[in-house]
Amino acid sequence: MSKIWLIAQREYLTRVRKKSFIIMSLIGPLLTVALFAVPVLIAKMSDNDKVVAVADAGGLFADKLPDPKDDISFTRVSPDLATAKAEFKKSKYDALLFIPKLDISNPAGFQVFSRKGLGMSLENDINRAVNNAIESRRLQQAGINRAVLDNLKVNVDLQTVSLSDDGEKSSSTGISTVVAYTFGFLIYIFIFIYGVQIMRGVMEEKTNRIVEVVISSVKPFQLMMGKVLGIAGVGFTQLALWVILSMGISSVMAGSISPDKIAQDRAARTTAVMRPTTSKDEAAKKENVAAKFTQALKSADLNVPLLAGCFLFYFLGGYLFYGALFGAIGSAVDSETDTQQFMMPVTMPLVLTFVVSQAILTTNPNGTVAFWMSMFPLTSPIAMMMRLPFGGVPTWQLLLSMALLIAGFVGAIWIAGRIYRVGILMYGKKVTYGELSKWLFYKG
Amino acid sequence: MTPILQAIDVRKQYANHTALDGVSLEVPEGSIFGLLGPNGAGKTSLIRIITQITGADSGEIRFRGEKLNPSHIGQIGYLPEERGLYKKMKVGEQLMYLAQLKGIGKEEARQKIKHWLERFDIKSWADKNIEDLSKGMQQKVQFIATVVHDPKLVILDEPFSGFDPINANLLKDEILAMRDRGASIIFSTHRMESVEEMCDYIALINRSRKVLDGPVRQVRDAYRTQTYEVEGKGHLMITHPDFEELEQSKRENEHFRVLVKLHAGATPNDLLRYLIGPGNVEVHAFRERVPSINEIFIRRVQETQPDYVPDTDSVLA
Repeated sequence: MSKIWLIAQREYLTRVRKKSFIIMSLIGPLLTVALFAVPVLIAKMSDNDKVVAVADAGGLFADKLPDPKDDISFTRVSPDLATAKAEFKKSKYDALLFIPKLDISNPAGFQVFSRKGLGMSLENDINRAVNNAIESRRLQQAGINRAVLDNLKVNVDLQTVSLSDDGEKSSSTGISTVVAYTFGFLIYIFIFIYGVQIMRGVMEEKTNRIVEVVISSVKPFQLMMGKVLGIAGVGFTQLALWVILSMGISSVMAGSISPDKIAQDRAARTTAVMRPTTSKDEAAKKENVAAKFTQALKSADLNVPLLAGCFLFYFLGGYLFYGALFGAIGSAVDSETDTQQFMMPVTMPLVLTFVVSQAILTTNPNGTVAFWMSMFPLTSPIAMMMRLPFGGVPTWQLLLSMALLIAGFVGAIWIAGRIYRVGILMYGKKVTYGELSKWLFYKG
Repeated sequence: MTPILQAIDVRKQYANHTALDGVSLEVPEGSIFGLLGPNGAGKTSLIRIITQITGADSGEIRFRGEKLNPSHIGQIGYLPEERGLYKKMKVGEQLMYLAQLKGIGKEEARQKIKHWLERFDIKSWADKNIEDLSKGMQQKVQFIATVVHDPKLVILDEPFSGFDPINANLLKDEILAMRDRGASIIFSTHRMESVEEMCDYIALINRSRKVLDGPVRQVRDAYRTQTYEVEGKGHLMITHPDFEELEQSKRENEHFRVLVKLHAGATPNDLLRYLIGPGNVEVHAFRERVPSINEIFIRRVQETQPDYVPDTDSVLA
């Protein structure tokens, strides 16, 4: 046992001290934060308000210019096109909208002038503003009040509640999906990155020819287990560093670039330019969204301790299971190129679960396919973790799945140990599946 | 005295060939033991059983009279034929790791590593990565890794292959020094001439079987050929029926170098008397032609397998 510990220690220390590990630990969180921060920053940079001048010869906006929207505001200029054009040339307006004298039932002849061509979104916004105004006119003519019409429009939020033996539970499919994907993705990535590291480590010992020196001191099984555990430690360390650093960086950056703050800035500026009334509404809307989100999180009523516990179990279980198999592959081959034929059957279930998850697991988390995938040890670490956030997984299924994973792990370690023992001393030989299966039954 | 190692009727079968077919041998304590035989004879299979990398199908290994078990690992040092080190690890750390795997404590290991690094005058390398060292330097580190835990039994598989001549000599000196301190050494090699002058005992293995073993002197005596090499001046014609001149003889003008085989009953002194008497020649050198281990091996194998043709590797001598 103490030898496994020694080996795990070496595997851990040599990897953690590598430059690549330190760089990855720093870059990981930066990338994560950047993923969220960059769009916000870009939005902030391209954030120059556009002002559209309106030459309203037709009197479409006689009583009221369109409300400023996003970063577009409207201002009135001379209704005479020629004067307006002259004015536009001298001014800094981004566009000039000319509204001709018009027949409300057959409006035509609208023109937009600009210096450099309009952006797609600006054109759309102007178009919508005109359409809205004409629509309002027509409504008026038909005797319908716009406010009444708006009132008629319906937008209901569904609160989904899962009814199970344990009683009623509010659940939120949206939140569950996000949580499910996060879990699934983490396990998937972790198994791949660190499983392959185990394989490389075994191959390195083999090609360095140090393996025989080592296994004259320890059992091949101890060497394999030490390696699997040591690399697991590296993975956990990296994960922990990422979580801590990401939180640290984002909390530092949050102060300066939070989306809320930018929205507020923008609202304030828009208000300053145009009209003072809307900022409150917008703020209220924002608050509303935020409140809804927190409420959803609360109402989703994710069983956090259960999820966290299961996540750790499947995270570790899946890694150990696959790690043993990757170790066995590494021992059976001489070079990276030979690994392909053995990698396929091992990684297929993993990739498959992740791909299928989108179609089946999250849409029908308690269906037959989802059930079987969450039982089979090669797929269960991801499949079960993607089912759990949706709730409704009976306890017996969870326990059975865990038991099967443990059994699978023990079996995989046994198989891997047998292959490993023979494989690490086998040089310069291309191994076939037939041979691998023979190795399982070699004596001592 | 109990031998440090005994193998009793050891058998090992792989999928489609027999690696060891009932091999028994004894390695006396404090000796240098040569395990000799051509490539593929089963030497490495036997060593892997002794070092507990694999197990025997049947038969038994005893270490100082006890049945071999994991507690003996720390008393054995093994330099495999396929050897190497972790490239990206520092010399000091690597030795520390390998010493600890052999089961010795950190503090003890530190002192022993220090001792060996000083002995080889390579203390300044302790903080260098293996990959930054030259081949010869790596070989020294490799050797230290084999003996750092003061093993009672050191097993060296093809020790001189891959070592440059300077390190090979260093290795020989260290091996003799270790033997003098009480350790026992097993050499395993197919290049028999490279170790025969160092070995006290040998065992010859061919095709999974032991064909011959015993103290080197005894083995040589048993295979004496009664052949003498004579160098001298004059016109030598051997006509006496007890003496037979062999083909490899050379003559150049007045000088000759002949191989003479004595027939039953004749002694070297009889030959000498004949040469200086009736032979009427001047003798410059007279010595017994001692068979090399390699020749003994070939003869021994040919006794059992008349069709045996030695592979080129084993007839370098």
